[in-house]
Amino acid sequence: MAVTSKKSAEMIEIDVQKELRSASGNMQLDIQLSVEQGDLLTLYGKSGAGKTSLLMIIAGLMHPEKGKIRVGDEVWLDTTKGINKRPQDRDVGLVFQDYALFPNMTVRENLKYALGRNQSKSIVDELIEIVDLSELSDRRPNTLSGGQKQRVALARALVNAPDILLLDEPLSALDQEMRTKLQHYILEAHEKFGLTTLLISHDVTEIIKMSDYVVQMDQGVVLRKEPPATIFTNERLNAKFQFTGEVMKMSSQDFIVIVTVLVGRELVKVVANDQEAQGLQVGDRVLIASKAFNPVIHKIG
Amino acid sequence: MIDWSPLLITFKLAFVTTCILLIISIPISYWLAYSKWKIKPVVEALVSMPLVLPPTVIGFYMLVAFSPSNSFGSWLEEWLGLKLVFSFEGLVLGSVIYSLPFMVQPIQAGFANLSPDLKRASYVMGKSRFTTLIRVLLPNIKTSLLTGIILAFAHTIGEFGVVLMIGGNISGKTKVASIAIYDAVESLNYDAANTYSMILFGLTFMILLAVYLLNGGYLKKIGRND
Repeated sequence: MAVTSKKSAEMIEIDVQKELRSASGNMQLDIQLSVEQGDLLTLYGKSGAGKTSLLMIIAGLMHPEKGKIRVGDEVWLDTTKGINKRPQDRDVGLVFQDYALFPNMTVRENLKYALGRNQSKSIVDELIEIVDLSELSDRRPNTLSGGQKQRVALARALVNAPDILLLDEPLSALDQEMRTKLQHYILEAHEKFGLTTLLISHDVTEIIKMSDYVVQMDQGVVLRKEPPATIFTNERLNAKFQFTGEVMKMSSQDFIVIVTVLVGRELVKVVANDQEAQGLQVGDRVLIASKAFNPVIHKIG
Repeated sequence: MIDWSPLLITFKLAFVTTCILLIISIPISYWLAYSKWKIKPVVEALVSMPLVLPPTVIGFYMLVAFSPSNSFGSWLEEWLGLKLVFSFEGLVLGSVIYSLPFMVQPIQAGFANLSPDLKRASYVMGKSRFTTLIRVLLPNIKTSLLTGIILAFAHTIGEFGVVLMIGGNISGKTKVASIAIYDAVESLNYDAANTYSMILFGLTFMILLAVYLLNGGYLKKIGRND
């Protein structure tokens, strides 16, 4: 996906240090990151790598001991000069992992609450339209499904017309179909509003589909920032290509057998020859491994 | 015919006390729920003291502190025209201190049980702390507020030690129902004692029943069936 509407050379420069305390001990968060405006970045890494903390620091909800955050010409944070903009004064939209919808307000009221003082109300209707929530706009959040809540949270984060959209694992709690739908909504909003978007995700397919860059984090530091193809192809080459799964379906075609295997949540089709397919049946646990570039399939146990 | 004034004073006292408590408990509870100050446990302990301390201890120290015969008490009376010993105002102050934990604790628990992300979400939308408190936090802890109001009200009705100490026992002014019952029994007027007791018994039962109905969501269920 290319840089769109808001074409600008403005950069977001982040350089922050913070000591994080967690159940597993203390960790030093030390992040240097520059983001070009209009990009969609995915933060990728193990849980506890500091991804959520980074989003909270950008939003101003967590305060680093040392550091600078500059967005275009605006300084949001500079500990050497004692500048630390309040979250209220930072131009961000934030979608929380637990959605954080206000239970006492309807969908429409949730969006209206986010309106700024001199903002026209028309944006509320427009956003409700974009995320297809017109029919649900008078419902309370606790009557909505996870996917619907997530759409409300996304729409609400966009009401203020932020420059930066932060999404903390927005799709992790949703099923595959809802995920695909929401990926589409996020991409649409990202392009339509010329946003700079930072997203946390663990799903490789999702990351490859959505992001311009992947920021790989570990132990509180950024390991690298590369286009997704570079990061994931390298990883695959280094790691051994092998997955375990369960045979869902086998269909014979001429001389070969096509075996459909459920790996994680994905269905994978593997071509097997007669020899390999012999003794295999639906329900078997199998190992799929690559011999050179050609995946082969083995029965386990 | 019994003298109704003790009952009227009791309910007037409970009403005024509850109103004052509601106003002061919201900021105290907010601070206790969210503050990371190191002195927080000290404040928490102080607020909860009336739960364990004999009411007469609070009453005694208030009596000593506000007595016009010492400098603080006479200063209050001279400069603010406030006579806190043996007066209704004194009863209110005593009751506020005595019932404080019953209001603060439910509200504090209410705040603490809300997802911190609600507050954060509101801040990121550019809303001030005050707007967030009024429009997001308080509406979502209505049950806690109601529990606090009802418990503080009911607890004030049940006071004896504090009101006896600081209020004395002045008929029509500081004689509340609980003291009137004690008086009636002392003068062997069991009929009057019984009437007061029945009324208090019935009312407090109704109040507590209301709390449990509301907290259990029973009223909502009945409402939905309509």
